[in-house]
Amino acid sequence: MAAPDPVVVPPAPPVPPRGIDPRGPRFGAGLTAVLLVLVLLLGGPAALVVLAVVVAGFVLGTVRGVQGTWQGALYSRVVRPRLAAPAELEDPRPPRFAQLVGLVITGVGLLLGLVGVAAAVPVAAALALVAAFLNAVFGLCLGCELYLLGLRLRSRDA
Amino acid sequence: MRSLLLVVAVLAVASAFGLWWRGRQGRVRTVADADVLVRADLGADLGERATFVQLSSQVCTACRSTARVLGGLAAQRPGVAHVELDVADHLPLVRRFDVMRTPTTLVLDARGAVVARLSGAVDPRQAGAALEQAAPSACTDGALAR
Repeated sequence: MAAPDPVVVPPAPPVPPRGIDPRGPRFGAGLTAVLLVLVLLLGGPAALVVLAVVVAGFVLGTVRGVQGTWQGALYSRVVRPRLAAPAELEDPRPPRFAQLVGLVITGVGLLLGLVGVAAAVPVAAALALVAAFLNAVFGLCLGCELYLLGLRLRSRDA
Repeated sequence: MRSLLLVVAVLAVASAFGLWWRGRQGRVRTVADADVLVRADLGADLGERATFVQLSSQVCTACRSTARVLGGLAAQRPGVAHVELDVADHLPLVRRFDVMRTPTTLVLDARGAVVARLSGAVDPRQAGAALEQAAPSACTDGALAR
């Protein structure tokens, strides 16, 4: 709770980290969406393998930021050189947060799949596909939209 | 075949949601029972004529562009202020106004009464429309006849 102090110090002016090309995360989300469609279509052990690839990408994205994923590398080496410079740069924190949300959803699906709960794999893949598709097509960061709701729930418990 | 139907259904639902979401971006919503905000609520001075209170967060893709649009408008129009607050530091305000997403922008008139709010990314036209509601004279200076 913020104290109703009359001399509230304005929040430290955000020192935004260096911006990234906003098209990079969307390109990456498109590739992730394709893999997740594969997970849904393949089924069986093959689906688990593809889901593991998706999870590995989200681990990289969570630890190093979305530019540090294999999708990010593909974008900066192959796609970006063929495009004009971006109109504006984007804060790297929202897409990184989205990677964490993706990691939680697909990670839980993968773990449950590995211990034999086969139904968890398509459920996790479908949820993650919604998020990845929205990100790729509409530039909508689903995890970011839900962030404030999570913050409100957490602080109510506290 | 079943899995193909599942893929199609998932993408259809996501598309419908995405279209709905995009249509809501920056929509100006008039607030009926205006609650009044004062300096202590914001920790910043209100504009003499109108104030945009932008609630932002770290994980917000549209907060930067919205801040640029609203900050630009505030710089152009005398008496119009733009205050950007982090939701994590202002949860009481978030609850009071039932804010669900970032950015959400509260539009205050000269008295600090919340007369409108904007949800999501804001473009200059939408910002102008919101300002028109809060302070008609700030847009058409001195046009009292309207």
